[in-house]
Amino acid sequence: MLALDFMRQALLAAVLVGIAAPLIGIFLVQRQMSLIGDGIGHVALAGVAAGFLTSTEPLLTALIAAVLAAVAVELIRLRGRTGGDLALAVMFYGGIALGVVLVSLSPSGTPANLTAYLFGSLLTTSSNDLYVFAALTAVVSLVTFVLRPRFFAVAQDEEYSRASGLPVAAYNIALSVLTAMTVVVSMRIIGLLLISALMILPNATGQLLGRSFAATSRWAVAIGVFSAIVGVTASFYGGTPSGATIVLVAIAAFLLASAISMVSVRRARAAHAKAERHLHEHGPDCGHAAIAHGDHVDYLHDGHRHAAHDDHWDEHADGAHR
Amino acid sequence: MTPPLVQTRGLSLGYDDHAVVDHVDLTIEAGEVIALLGPNGSGKSTLVRGLFGLVPRLGGSIELCGVEQSQFTEHTRIGYVPQRHSLAQAVRSTVAEIVAAGRLPHRPWWRPASADDRQRVAAAIDLVGLGDRAHAEVSTLSGGQQRRTLIARALAGDPDLLVMDEPTAGVDHANQLVLADVIARLAANGTAMLVVTHELDVLAGVVTRIVCLDGGHIDFDGDPEAYAAHLAEADHPHIHGGHHHDHDHAAGGH
Repeated sequence: MLALDFMRQALLAAVLVGIAAPLIGIFLVQRQMSLIGDGIGHVALAGVAAGFLTSTEPLLTALIAAVLAAVAVELIRLRGRTGGDLALAVMFYGGIALGVVLVSLSPSGTPANLTAYLFGSLLTTSSNDLYVFAALTAVVSLVTFVLRPRFFAVAQDEEYSRASGLPVAAYNIALSVLTAMTVVVSMRIIGLLLISALMILPNATGQLLGRSFAATSRWAVAIGVFSAIVGVTASFYGGTPSGATIVLVAIAAFLLASAISMVSVRRARAAHAKAERHLHEHGPDCGHAAIAHGDHVDYLHDGHRHAAHDDHWDEHADGAHR
Repeated sequence: MTPPLVQTRGLSLGYDDHAVVDHVDLTIEAGEVIALLGPNGSGKSTLVRGLFGLVPRLGGSIELCGVEQSQFTEHTRIGYVPQRHSLAQAVRSTVAEIVAAGRLPHRPWWRPASADDRQRVAAAIDLVGLGDRAHAEVSTLSGGQQRRTLIARALAGDPDLLVMDEPTAGVDHANQLVLADVIARLAANGTAMLVVTHELDVLAGVVTRIVCLDGGHIDFDGDPEAYAAHLAEADHPHIHGGHHHDHDHAAGGH
């Protein structure tokens, strides 16, 4: 497979999307806007169709449509009026309906053409296009990576961020525009209707495996890349559409991680002893002797050891370690 | 002479011409520890949020460190501890990750956290007594520990003034004592504080000044001794011609 130049490029493009989509998607999950990428994809379709109709490069027109939609999403959110939700619905469904109508009007537009954008089609993508996609995806990933601490802070606590002088609206619009760019540059590989899945699903899996935001994000990117590689390979040998295959791999990873985490939670619960309920809060200067114990600190309380576990205290016997 | 940390004159805050805070003059000098008291709905939160420009201003002026609020750029000099019931979110995050946000205003957007940033984050977490929980996921912490996380976030910015909105509300007694301890430690370091609270007794001994808001107006401003005298007076309205106060007393509620 790798002997084919084309497949090498396809794999590279898919891997870059596998990095970019989860990297940006984690902030959408954090802001509980998981479906926004899907909506922007709908509007991007209108852009693709406009490209067909005017014989312009569909990538460019889709990018313009998606970025405009992304800015509109944030402006609607910023106004915070009731009805914002409906305004988004009008925009998203308007986008996809307009796209379908425009494609039917354009001489070069065929249903097969439409499908290639909606669901992705590596085989019909020229290698020149793949280079453009890859370059844009790399740019999106880099910008997202650099802005990560700020996107995190703004999504975590918008009011605090504003109080500490961060330009909150600017970061929100930047995030939205990066989302739009990810949607468009992935449309030939994953498809406009499926790209949102690759932004969200690896993060859902990362949540199960990571214990911090950074770890969740690392897992998500790893799973995104894994899904891309396995998906493209499987679609090459199985002759299946690349985007849908990649998404199915991502779902399989999620189901596997769910099963693993369920088993490990049950194990941890079985093997741990809660301390007596007490009103005292242990801390570095609470008066109880602190003893380093593996990766945490035990406090000597009336002759037995208490260790912090979630919102309560565990009994830790000497030497024993859960 | 250095300008006061906060100086408001005739400050009115609110929404759509409805003033929640009405003509308030408040000056906060370095080193002061002020308890801001008042019944629910008296405008305490509106006042502190207004200092950060988070509530529309209907009139008057706000100067932060001698600079008009809208022109103020040294955001790190005034740390904000908002009222939050839970830090849990759709994505897990740790104490250290949340506290790290306190360092962001100190550096340009493109610069990653330096070793100094990380060291200050760790120091702030230690200061609030969460040193052994720095990498714990915040949703696993108790309410009081989550409040201390927010205090650490503001502290990481190395502020001259810390503005806290009800840090002790809804926190069990053991955790309130820890919080009071943290506040006492900060006061000893010379950090000025404006603490919105209903639990004055927890902070007794640390507070240097008490300000009471009622119906958007300041109706008491003085030291703790004067406040005790004021309360005694307010409890006997018949002596003073029916002049009646409805404070939220130290006991915390009516």
